[in-house]
Amino acid sequence: MEYLMIIVAGIFVNNIVLNQFLGICPFLGVSNKLENAIGMSAAVVFVMTLSTTATYLVNKYVLVTNNLSFMQTIVYILVIAALVQVVEIILKKTSPALYQALGVYLPLITTNCAILAVAILVVQKNFNLMQSVVFAIATSLGFSFALIVFSGIREQLDLVNIPKAMKGVPLSLLTAGLLSLAFMGFSGMVK
Amino acid sequence: MNKALINNLTKGILKENPTFVIILGMCPTLGVTTLAANGIGMGLATTFVLILSNAFIALLKDLIPDKVRIPAYIVIIATFVTIVDLVMAAYFPALYTQLGIFIPLIVVNCIILGRAEAYAAKNNVFDSIIDGISMGLGVTLALTLIGGIREILGAGSIFGHKFINSDAILIFILPPGAFIVLAYVIAIVNKINKAVYKG
Amino acid sequence: MAKTESTLKNMFLTLFVTSLVSATALGFVYEATKEPIAKAKQANKISAFKKVLPEFDNDPLAEQITITTAEGDVILYPASNKGIPVAAAVETFSKKGFGGNIKLMVGVLPDGRINGIDVLEHKETPGLGDKIDSAKTSFSQQFLNKDLTTYNLAVRKDGGDVDAITAATISSRAFCDAIKKAYDAYLKNEGAQQ
Repeated sequence: MEYLMIIVAGIFVNNIVLNQFLGICPFLGVSNKLENAIGMSAAVVFVMTLSTTATYLVNKYVLVTNNLSFMQTIVYILVIAALVQVVEIILKKTSPALYQALGVYLPLITTNCAILAVAILVVQKNFNLMQSVVFAIATSLGFSFALIVFSGIREQLDLVNIPKAMKGVPLSLLTAGLLSLAFMGFSGMVK
Repeated sequence: MNKALINNLTKGILKENPTFVIILGMCPTLGVTTLAANGIGMGLATTFVLILSNAFIALLKDLIPDKVRIPAYIVIIATFVTIVDLVMAAYFPALYTQLGIFIPLIVVNCIILGRAEAYAAKNNVFDSIIDGISMGLGVTLALTLIGGIREILGAGSIFGHKFINSDAILIFILPPGAFIVLAYVIAIVNKINKAVYKG
Repeated sequence: MAKTESTLKNMFLTLFVTSLVSATALGFVYEATKEPIAKAKQANKISAFKKVLPEFDNDPLAEQITITTAEGDVILYPASNKGIPVAAAVETFSKKGFGGNIKLMVGVLPDGRINGIDVLEHKETPGLGDKIDSAKTSFSQQFLNKDLTTYNLAVRKDGGDVDAITAATISSRAFCDAIKKAYDAYLKNEGAQQ
């Protein structure tokens, strides 16, 4: 039940992009084609789950035990950056097919603030390891859901005739605003 | 002051405004701007990190081997972000609680790493500091503007001073309002920039 | 100055030195800000004490008692005036808020009445749930002087005595939940002392 709540909250109620405003850059950047959105989503689910697990362990067994919690930000970002590199190298060697699908999105992920944010949030929320992993999976699925829906809408919008100044980013943001409004309908669902 | 310097100092305000024109650092722009005061706080914190990281990266650029420059830059940036984080927690606890997770997230704010790569890694220390000030000013103005608009429309107050007694248009301080306000401000800035710089 | 080449030794050295310098610098800043941060946190609590407690002359922070509940810790700060216990400030919370945790400081008098409530932390929706804050509306005023031994701490919709905030029943419920936790902790502590 508890896990179910974390999952529903992560995907719908507290959607990381549309409600928490994290990971906006890739949300706007790679949402022009459905295909790219799916690739990015897969990469984010993969990395977010791994990185949250890694940072959780680092925090619990290195930072907290040595009273170094103030180094959290710097250590986390390095762990994430290193992890992304390692994942890239391993994928390249072991699974060329998967590397081809996710490869281009991996370097972009280091600066996806949603990854760092989830790592920090699980500490703030006092989650245990299992809860953290479930939270990371749910949040990344929420990211994917928003991104894929959004890119589907954007593909259609390409054909619309609108004022020049609104073209590009402003129109995307406006669309995101309406999508966010729709997601507000989920609020209060998990209480 | 010569013309190049003035150009460097003012480019961040409109012409190369990091938020409205380069479209970087969208997360804090949307996330913390429910109040004008939050916008200023976040803007100044970002400015502080920008100036110092630009200065140090310009100073150390020749010492850092190319292949490891990004991790080295990230360490430098993260150091200043942590300093801001600790200092704010100590001396501005109320603002610190309001901005919350967006303070540590300055590390991954693309504006900072973007300026490090695009400017500080190629220019001298003085110019890089000016670039940091200019970009920081742009971010602060942008966040304060968005925060101001959302506070006026959504809460009926400005910098905490309430000017209407009833509820205002709530939607503007809720998440959708952030997207909608930013969309229109960017469209207007696009229009102004086109008029000013293309003649 | 010539550009440093990307040899393994150079790369390793650079990253090592950068990390070392940065860790040292942060260590210093951390030490320097440790006290002000602790003070800022205390100042927050002390200002809350002044809002929720009657006149007191002891240091409630020094006498704090932690009561463990199934959902987390509730902290009691006993206040006394000239050696006579006058009330206790209870730092309580609810996980049932609309936007997350709500943290309150509740002043409970020895006879079970509420002396004052201060909202320490909340993430409720601006304009709706944030009306629990006494700075915004008088919602929290209705609890003042209520006798918790008889007062039914639930919103009217649930058969209780509390007028909920319009369109923010969940926030109102969470508010009641936090006060209930505070009173339960208070009673538990009383029971332990007798």
